[in-house]
Amino acid sequence: MDYFIELFCSGITRGAIYALIALGYTMVYGIIGLINFAHGEIYMIGAFTSFIVATVLSIYGFPLLAIIVVAGVAAAVWSSAYGFTIEKIAYKPLRHAPRLSPLISAIGMSIFLQNYVLLAQTSDFLPFPELIPDFAFMEPIAHIVGSSDLVILITTTVVMIILTFVIKFTRIGKAMRATAQDRTMAMLVGINVNNVISATFIIGSALAAIGGMLIASHIGQINFYIGFIAGIKAFTAAVLGGIGSIPGAVLGSLVLGLTESFATGYVSSDYEDVFAFALLVLILIFKPSGLLGKDETQKV
Amino acid sequence: MFTLKEIKKTVLISLWFVFLTFPLMVIKVDPIEKTVLWRWHNALYVAIGIFCIRCLIEFFRHRKQQKEKKKKNSSDDSQALIHRILVDPRKRNIMLGVLLSLVVIFPFVFDTYQTNIMITALMYVVLGLGLNIVVGMAGLLDLGFVAFYAVGAYSYALLNHHFGLGFWAVLPIGGGLAAFAGILLGFPVLRLRGDYLAIVTLGFGEIIRLILENWNEFSMGPSGISNIDRPYFFGINLSLEHSILYLYYIMILFLIVTIFIVNRLQNSRLGRAWIALREDEIACQAMGIDKRKTKLVAFALGAFWAGVVGVIFAAKTTFINPASFTFLESAIILSIVVLGGMGSIVGVIFGALILILLPEYLRALSEYRMLAFGAILVAMMVFRPQGLISKIRRTYTFKQE
Amino acid sequence: MTTPILKVTGLTMDFGGIRALDSVDLDVRQGEIAALIGPNGAGKTTFFNCVTGIYIPTAGEVMLTPAGSNKSKNLKGLKPNQVTQRGLARTFQNIRLFSRMTVLENVMIGRHCRTKAFILGAILRNRATRREERKILEYSYALLEKVGLANQADEFAENLSYGAQRRLEIARALATEPLLLLLDEPAAGMNPQETKELDELIKKISREGQAILLIEHDMKLVMSLSDRIFVMDYGKMIAKGNPAEIRTNPDVIKAYLGE
Repeated sequence: MDYFIELFCSGITRGAIYALIALGYTMVYGIIGLINFAHGEIYMIGAFTSFIVATVLSIYGFPLLAIIVVAGVAAAVWSSAYGFTIEKIAYKPLRHAPRLSPLISAIGMSIFLQNYVLLAQTSDFLPFPELIPDFAFMEPIAHIVGSSDLVILITTTVVMIILTFVIKFTRIGKAMRATAQDRTMAMLVGINVNNVISATFIIGSALAAIGGMLIASHIGQINFYIGFIAGIKAFTAAVLGGIGSIPGAVLGSLVLGLTESFATGYVSSDYEDVFAFALLVLILIFKPSGLLGKDETQKV
Repeated sequence: MFTLKEIKKTVLISLWFVFLTFPLMVIKVDPIEKTVLWRWHNALYVAIGIFCIRCLIEFFRHRKQQKEKKKKNSSDDSQALIHRILVDPRKRNIMLGVLLSLVVIFPFVFDTYQTNIMITALMYVVLGLGLNIVVGMAGLLDLGFVAFYAVGAYSYALLNHHFGLGFWAVLPIGGGLAAFAGILLGFPVLRLRGDYLAIVTLGFGEIIRLILENWNEFSMGPSGISNIDRPYFFGINLSLEHSILYLYYIMILFLIVTIFIVNRLQNSRLGRAWIALREDEIACQAMGIDKRKTKLVAFALGAFWAGVVGVIFAAKTTFINPASFTFLESAIILSIVVLGGMGSIVGVIFGALILILLPEYLRALSEYRMLAFGAILVAMMVFRPQGLISKIRRTYTFKQE
Repeated sequence: MTTPILKVTGLTMDFGGIRALDSVDLDVRQGEIAALIGPNGAGKTTFFNCVTGIYIPTAGEVMLTPAGSNKSKNLKGLKPNQVTQRGLARTFQNIRLFSRMTVLENVMIGRHCRTKAFILGAILRNRATRREERKILEYSYALLEKVGLANQADEFAENLSYGAQRRLEIARALATEPLLLLLDEPAAGMNPQETKELDELIKKISREGQAILLIEHDMKLVMSLSDRIFVMDYGKMIAKGNPAEIRTNPDVIKAYLGE
């Protein structure tokens, strides 16, 4: 039973991280209908930035709390800057191009960013500083749930609540929902669609960066390639939940996290990534609209 | 042209990129030694680099606008040199003759090492032409193309290892198995929308690779299969040097056959149907074209070529492992097609030669290879979606009888 | 009386809980021009989509009978390409040409389902294939001449004027040698001059024995062309008859003008 609970908790933790990344996919898809293939790289850059900042600060002897805050903020700021810039360079000029052009551009961007980090930093795995201490009150159940699992879960929940608030009640959130429904109409009623798209990329990137930092400190190491697999998995989660739907992304992520956790725990860990890919292929083939998504009807 | 305002804007953009790349380019930490390396010179490089790139882009944009203005006044539309050569049958034949003789004498002028590189380049030309059927003509973005390449390579490696089958026997089998895999994958995925199809094929490609990596009893896992036979020449086991020469000519012959077939396919009833399918699926069906069948054929044909090149690859390197069949390989082949010009045969040939030979000869640049591939995909989509050499529009001459 | 070319009985289409078509009956006879009219949202295009296989109708029969034969084919549940293969070709309300193909190639695509060269034929380019290609070319070119686009054969379809694009769509549909030609609002967005040319074109095609069913809002055009008119409203067929009868039918007037 303990093993089951352990797998369950690790599945939820995984799912929470996937959710942070999947939200970026789903928001961008909802607004400009693009699979932002480079989103996994944004997450990787977030992890790298927090790694660099945290390591520098710890070398210079800053206190742990300051390191966490500064590294988190830096990761969010820089990832957002990357997200913003990528949209301007690789997607904005292609807004009226055939549907596959921005996707090819996104794939190019993803490859570019991977190799940029590889060349600017290193191809080795880097040990990520341990940011989350073991809490004393977690001692009795530490063999089942780690402290970092708890932190990830709490952080994700808080971030989700803030995001929901932003999208439901703020001006930019309303503009985003309007643009997602009908871009031309949103433009006609005076919404600056370019700003809305930029805001979407910035928010999505910041979420991915937080996810990057959390998972890096949870697993304890990073390298330039982590974005590819994480990106595909988060995309799977987004599609599973119904791409374009924010609650769907969260639900899909939890389902994917649990599936992976149980599959690797009870079946085999060799095929960990195969489960995710197979799930992706199966959903796209049998229910492309996902769990909570709307069916797209083709107008003739 | 370069007004103060423009320069100011360019400087600001450069500064933005300095900020953007600051943590990754400037700081390098060693978490074990606990040291920080501040590489301030990199910030300067970024600033200068971005400044120059932006100036170049603006310069070309400016020139293009000027050209378009001129074009409106005078009605002559100057075509690219390559198009003029291709359109004129006499010039085309001369060019083909020169090219062919160059290609034939190549191994006698250059050494084995160069010939070997050339074989690789030719393999990518054929892979590009195969993918071009799927992506360029039928408009199906296949990101798992490498899976079919792997099917071909593993067919030869395994059949050779277990049953001692020779190169020539496996060549059609490898192609056939890859085409079969294409059809198997095609059945469920071809009704998907374009971008979903791309992701599913990517997932499929990765699944194949992961299976090859983990299913040790079948594929011998990550360590791969070695000692694969090189092709025999009428039953004679050739020396290494000669077998490279032999493989080179096989590749040339195979390339010519491929170009011939792809060209004919393109200008056929089937080729037209592919292009129509790319343009508008619903209208295409309403005109009586079986969408499923037409797409499947494109998929299977593309996969067939990948499979055959896979067999050649295994025979050339005599060793294969799953690491040769990652997503990046698919991305490289896609870059070739995109750079050359989707749907253009000549374009794909140029694309492959540029992308494969350049990094080989400019060794200093080879570590920037993948960086460049990524940048090329983005830049081509943004600035020149039709590729370096766009497809020649086919016109029909009609004579009343 | 001979069997009608197209006989639709009890065609019903539900979208979720909404009944877009409610037991619609319609028939088109050999050689006639029939028109399907009705206010916006009456279900006319849905009717076309159900007949041509783009939607699968909830209930009803769609029977197609070639002229002079009594072998009827049921089209219900077939895919769009099979429907076209059986002899029903259509145009689209919002033009759907292959915009980056030439005008001639667009029409040649229409010949696809009447020809059969495949992979081997394409590669070997044997005599049969060459002959077939030549025939496709001749047939397509003749159609372009008929609709008056022969001198623009090598243009990209997207570069044609609006009216010319509409005519190209008709030529493309005719290239499939349909038993019945379905035109979905062929005059939509046309200026009076273009509409007049269209009117002449449709009459010309009709004189050659082509049966036509069209959806149209331009009443002048409908009255000028049609032998019989069917009127739909709220997914139901509310009237049918010749132009004179329809003009004075109280139900039709009510549907168009309200109470």
